[in-house]
This record gives sequence, structure tokens and C-alpha cells, in this order.
Amino acid sequence: MTETTKTNAPAADAVLDIRGLTVTFTTPTGPIEAVRGVDISVARGETVAIVGESGSGKSQTMMAAMGLLASNGRTGGSVTYEGRDLLKLGTSQLNQVRGRKITMIFQEPMTSLDPLYTIGRQLAEPMVVHGGLSWKAARAKALDLLKLVNIPDPERKIRAYPHEMSGGQRQRVMIAMALANDPDVLIADEPTTALDVTTQAQILELLKELQERLGMAVIFITHDLGIVRQIADRVYVMKSGEMVESGATATIFKTPEQAYTRMLLDAEPTGMKAPVPDRAPILMEAQKVSVEFALETGFFKPPHILRAVDNISFSLRQGQTLGIVGESGSGKSTLGRALLNLLPATGRVVINGRQVSGLSRNEMRPLRKDLQLVFQDPFGSLSPRLTVGQIIGEGLKVHAPELSAADRDRRAAEVLEEVALDPVMRNRYPHEFSGGQRQRIAIARAMVLKPKLMVLDEPTSALDRTVQKQIVDLLRKLQADYGLTYLFISHDLAVVRAMSDTVMVMKSGKVVEAGSVGHIFEAPQEDYTRELMRAAFMTANGLSA
Amino acid sequence: MHRYVLGRLLGAIPTLFLIITLSFFLIRIAPGGPFDLERPLEAKVMENLSKIYHLNEPLWKQYLLYLQSIARLDFGPSFYFRDFSINELFAESLPISMQLGLSALALALVVGGIFGVIAALRQNRGTDYAVMAAATLGVTVPNFVVAPLLTLSLGVWLGWLPVGGWNNGAFVNAVLPVVTLALPQIAVVARLTRGSMIEALRSNHVRTARAYGLTKWLVIVVHALRGAILPVVSYLGPAAAALLTGSVVVETIFGIPGIGRYFVQGALNRDYTLVMGTVVVVACFVILFNLLVDLIYAVLDPRVRYD
Repeated sequence: MTETTKTNAPAADAVLDIRGLTVTFTTPTGPIEAVRGVDISVARGETVAIVGESGSGKSQTMMAAMGLLASNGRTGGSVTYEGRDLLKLGTSQLNQVRGRKITMIFQEPMTSLDPLYTIGRQLAEPMVVHGGLSWKAARAKALDLLKLVNIPDPERKIRAYPHEMSGGQRQRVMIAMALANDPDVLIADEPTTALDVTTQAQILELLKELQERLGMAVIFITHDLGIVRQIADRVYVMKSGEMVESGATATIFKTPEQAYTRMLLDAEPTGMKAPVPDRAPILMEAQKVSVEFALETGFFKPPHILRAVDNISFSLRQGQTLGIVGESGSGKSTLGRALLNLLPATGRVVINGRQVSGLSRNEMRPLRKDLQLVFQDPFGSLSPRLTVGQIIGEGLKVHAPELSAADRDRRAAEVLEEVALDPVMRNRYPHEFSGGQRQRIAIARAMVLKPKLMVLDEPTSALDRTVQKQIVDLLRKLQADYGLTYLFISHDLAVVRAMSDTVMVMKSGKVVEAGSVGHIFEAPQEDYTRELMRAAFMTANGLSA
Repeated sequence: MHRYVLGRLLGAIPTLFLIITLSFFLIRIAPGGPFDLERPLEAKVMENLSKIYHLNEPLWKQYLLYLQSIARLDFGPSFYFRDFSINELFAESLPISMQLGLSALALALVVGGIFGVIAALRQNRGTDYAVMAAATLGVTVPNFVVAPLLTLSLGVWLGWLPVGGWNNGAFVNAVLPVVTLALPQIAVVARLTRGSMIEALRSNHVRTARAYGLTKWLVIVVHALRGAILPVVSYLGPAAAALLTGSVVVETIFGIPGIGRYFVQGALNRDYTLVMGTVVVVACFVILFNLLVDLIYAVLDPRVRYD
């Protein structure tokens, strides 16, 4: 392997040393080698990052080290901590280490805490089990920990259940739990992937600060190289269960040796969209659009009115892209739906010279052909019981009933080619495709009707960076070829910058700031926009950038 | 919480009213009456009987009279067991059926739960397959087959247990009927527990518990099982109903003087008040059990709270 790898070989001061680790899963269709001989070591106070696309085996490596594999998983190699091989320890001996000396934070803050117990009890439990503390003492310490991770109102939150907290707060609780027994090693498995950019930045800052203060080693698993550049001393790059490259962060970023590493590094969306001439006709105009939800407060009390979208106006020329950014809950998806008359809203929306606001379902139907939606979740938004060809052809049944089944099939094949998928695949079912491929299918389903306007609701958020870039490229190409107009909803500012002509920043249903891409990204006027930019580009480009 | 319970109980009144009304008229649609015997009664006798039991009144008046008496919690006189009121019949038989049913329910929960957990922990291994095969058998073999088999083997051949009779609920007398009644429920509970336990063991928060070095016992009981029994709790409502209907066969076979046999006897004899009484009692039980299920659910799962 590379020179850098050799210099990393058995560090004398390694607190955790993984040698030749293999993970094999026995499945009904034969064994799957998920991890094939991986070496990773981390020294006291050091932060190492393991990067790679999803499915590269980076999580399974650490799960294996902690004895947390699914029951059909087998391990090989060694994981040395304090002179003992963790892979050879029995459960009760291993339990003396995990949760005490080596702790973990997981990717899914929403589900990693037990929904049935209070935060306080879950924080206290490992301290009682390992530290021999009484429940009362553990609870007092749990309160200190909640303060340490900056949970607001800790005296009240200690009695809260996980579902009563936000994702960011839950992840803070997980961090508190990880720190409870003063660990030597903290393993963070994609701890910020499921969070908003601003929350993501806060969690990373917190982790960094705590590490400096407490001096534990951190192993950070991520697919986001922005984060790596920001926090890691050394990087391990994994692909298909193997370690392809490793070395100091600066070296890897400056002179990557492997094509795969370079591809990961290049995966950040770049470039800007070509501007649309001013004489292009206006395709969409929205005036004072508002959406209100009534929240039931009690049987006899008046409902509490929540303004999810508050008085929003804009106009959009044909071929333009309007990027709508904001944190989750800011009302961007609701706005997208209201504009297409999929939700009851007030205000006026004119699309292609025709007022669509106030039209009934039946009146809307012939117009729907021109207005298409692509959703965030490529797994949930395609029917699992239909073939891809049927999924794509379904819209044609409604909007072009004169077509025969053979014609529909031919059109489906054409459009699949358009989104760079093999038309032969149209007889397969969605579960046979990867996330990126499914998103292409969702785009094909919208494209087959030759729409004028597409609302893209976080179309790249559930995808790996490398796949994200491909989808962005595809969307840009389709726009150039067919003069499509996009409403691009995303919390990912890097993608929005690469896609949009104009950008609208939303917060709590209101527009905070709106303007051209250059204006918003280079010279934001509002504090909120600046904070969003800082958070986003801290993780996208590293703190030093 | 109290308001919620009160609301649910008040909400049950229209339900009960509907059930009473429907069954009142349905049973009267069935041909024949309580006094239509093989050898017809003399006209005079028939007339007197009809008068005593208000059968000569128009149907709507009978219905109102019945509603009146049931509002006083009086189920009226039995048409067939001439010397008894329905209240008297139930006072004797209902406690017996409840003892039988609740014992069977408890047995089903404990044994089914344990088997389910064991099967989940040994997923796709011999023990798992054995438990699940037994469970399938338990669900599919009807209790009128199980009961004679158990009586024959344990009662007649081995002579360990009495073959019938209740004997005021003496333990030895209760074993066979309780086991017979519980068997299908054990099977259902085991299957439910296994399924939800497997899911719980794979959940992210159980992974967290394991990653934090909690003992196996803590992980399984405190973090996996509590969530895993929620589906079983939801099943308690249907289970209560199944035990009540199951008791018809079991009580008949083992000669237990419970309420179950009145189901059949009442219907065959056109004993209107007895049929109505059993319907109302069963409906009350199902409603109460469903309320109980929702309350237990709220205690176990903080995401469900009624305030």
C-alpha cells in the first residue's frame, strides 16, 4: 500500500489498535465480506476520521470492534485496547470496556435513545452499572453532563422523554452519555448526518471543544469530507470493505494518491448556473401566499393557529431556478406544496399565465402534467409493488390516455435513457436500485410528462456526496436541454449555490432574505443568513477555509 | 387521566345502547319463542305466560320495558330457568367464568411471553423453530379437540387430575380447563412477543444499550422487552373476547357451572332475557378490557398520554 500507511503502522502510543479486522456476514445467498483486513489505530487525544461512501464498511468496522454486529456477523483480526483483544473477550468482560472506556454516538439521534425512559434515567444507567454510583448520585451527575453539553433548561429536560426533544438535543444527550464515565475513546458514527446545518455545526463545535478539554481519542466515521477537514488529525479512506488510503488530513486533502480519494474530494458540487436572459417569459408568480395549520389544543379551546408559510411573494422566469433554503421546520416544503395547490393556501399563484390558486382538484388535473414534484426520500416515494416502467408510465395513463401500453413503455424507456439509466432496467422493482438510481427514477417519472415546472424537495439530501453531484449534474443538464424551471428546496447550501439563479432564505414560515445567488452567498445582509452560511461552509470547507 | 377514563366510560353508553337494541330485535327475528315446546302448551297457559313476561305487548313496548329494567341493572327473569332471575344466574356463574378466564389470561401472558422471548433470543435456531411450530399447533388445533385429549391422557389414563367438575375452583379441578382455554392464547402471545422482541432487539436504542455495556439482563428486560410487550398489551382486548367465547366449549366439556354454557342454552331455548344478559355482560367486558389496554399502554409508553 502507500507510504503514508506504513508510517502509520503500530503506533506505540495507540490507545485503540485495530489490526487486520475482517467482518463476514453469513446470508442465505452465501457469505458477504463486509470488511476485509482493515488496520486503524488512534492515539490518546487524537482525532481520526474514517471516510467512504455508504456501504464501504466503515460503520461495520467499528461495530465489529465493539461487539455490536448483527448475529450473523463473524469477525477476524484483532482489536487491542489496554493489551487485551476485545474480539476475544466474553460479553461480561467486554461490558467492562464498552460504555465505560470506549463509548459510541450513533447516526440516528431520533432512535438511538430508548423512547420509554426519561433522558435522566438513560444517562444515569451506565453510571450506575459501571461507576457503581447510586441512582441519586448518577442523576446529579447526569444533570451536570446535560449542562456540559449545553442543553437548555437541564433541570426540566432531565425529566423529559426523547420524543419531547429535537434531533440536535437528542444528539447532545447521546454525547453526554458518551462522556459520562470519562472514556478513553469516543467513536462517533456519522453523528451529524441526520441534523440541520446549523445544528450540525453546533454539535461538531461541541465535540471538538469537549475533546480538547477532556483529552479522549475520537474516531469519527463520516462520508462528509468537509467535516473531516475540520476536525480530523488523520484520515482513513475505505472502499468496499478495504482501506485504500490513509494519512495526515492535510496530506490526504492536498495530495490524494488514490483515484477513489480524489473522487470523494471532487464530489462537492461546484460551478454556478448560467443566468437566464431577462427577456425570458415569467413562468410563475406568487403573491402573498400563506398556509395556516390549526393545532388542536383541547375540545373546547380555540385551536392554535400556526402560520407555516407567511405572506410569501416572488416571480420566476422560464428556465430559472429558485433555491429555497432554511432549517427543517422553516416551511420550505409546505411552501412548495402550497404553490402546486396540493395544500389549502391563501394568496395568488399564477403559473404559465393561468391562476392555479383556488382551483379544485378536477380543475387542477389537466395542469398537473406541467407541474411535477420530486421528493427527498427515494425509498418511500416509489411504489414497491410496481416495476420502474409502470411507475414512470403511470402519469401517462392519466395525462396521455390515447397512448397504448406499448407506447407508454417506449416513452418510459426513452426517459430512462435521458436520466442515464439502462432502459432494460424498467422491468425491475424499486428495491433493486440504489438510492441515487431511485432518485433518477423519480426524476424520470416527472420528466416523462414533459413538465414546465419541477418542484424538487430536497432531492439530494438522502444521498452520498458523490451521488449527489451526479444528480445535480443531471438536473442541470435536463434544465439546459428542456428549458425547465425549478423550485429547488434544500437545506444544503452548497447544492443550492450550484443549482440556483435566485435564493430565498426561510425561517419560521417567513422570508428572511431573498436575492440572486451571488448576492446571498457573497454578501448576505441578515444575521440569520450569515449564521446559516457560516454553519454550512464551516462543514463544507473546513474551519480554515 | 380521570377525565379520560370518565370520558371513555360515558362514551361506552351509546355503544352498549346500540348493542342492546340490535340484539334485542335480532333475537326476536329468530323463529319461535321461549314457550314453543315440542308439545304445544294449552292456549290458556300460553296466554298467562305471555302476560307475565309481557310477550303480549307490542314489540316497541317490550323494548322500552327492557331498557327500563336494564337501566336499574335488572336483567329480568329467565324464561327457561323459571325460578331464577338472570341476575341470580349470573351471580353464581359469572365469578366462576371470570376466575377461569383471568387464570387462563394470566397463564397465556406469562407462558406465551416467556416462550416468545426465548424464541426471539434464539432466532432461526432449533429452539425458535420448535416454539413456533408448537405455537402454530396451539392456534390451529381447536379446544374441543385439545380438551378430550388432555382429559383422556392426564385424567383417565394417568389419573393425575379430575376429568371434570369445578369443585369451587379447587386447583386440581382448574388445571385442565385453564390450560385448555389458555393454549391458543399462549400460542398467539408467544408469536406476538417473538415478533416484536426480534424487532426490539434490532432497534437502535437496544444497540445503544449494548454499546454502553449494560448487562444482558438489563438490555433484554429493561430496554427490549418493555417496548416489545406493547403489541401484546394491544392484543389483551381481543384476547379477553376470545377467552369469553372459548369458555363456551371448555365449560361445557369440563362441566363447569360458568356463564359460557348460557350462551348456547339461552340461544337454543329462545330465553330472550338470558341471551340479552350474556350479550350485555360480554360487551361490558370487552369495553372494559379495551379501556384497560389503553391505560396500561399509556403507563408503558410515555409517547401515549391522556391528559
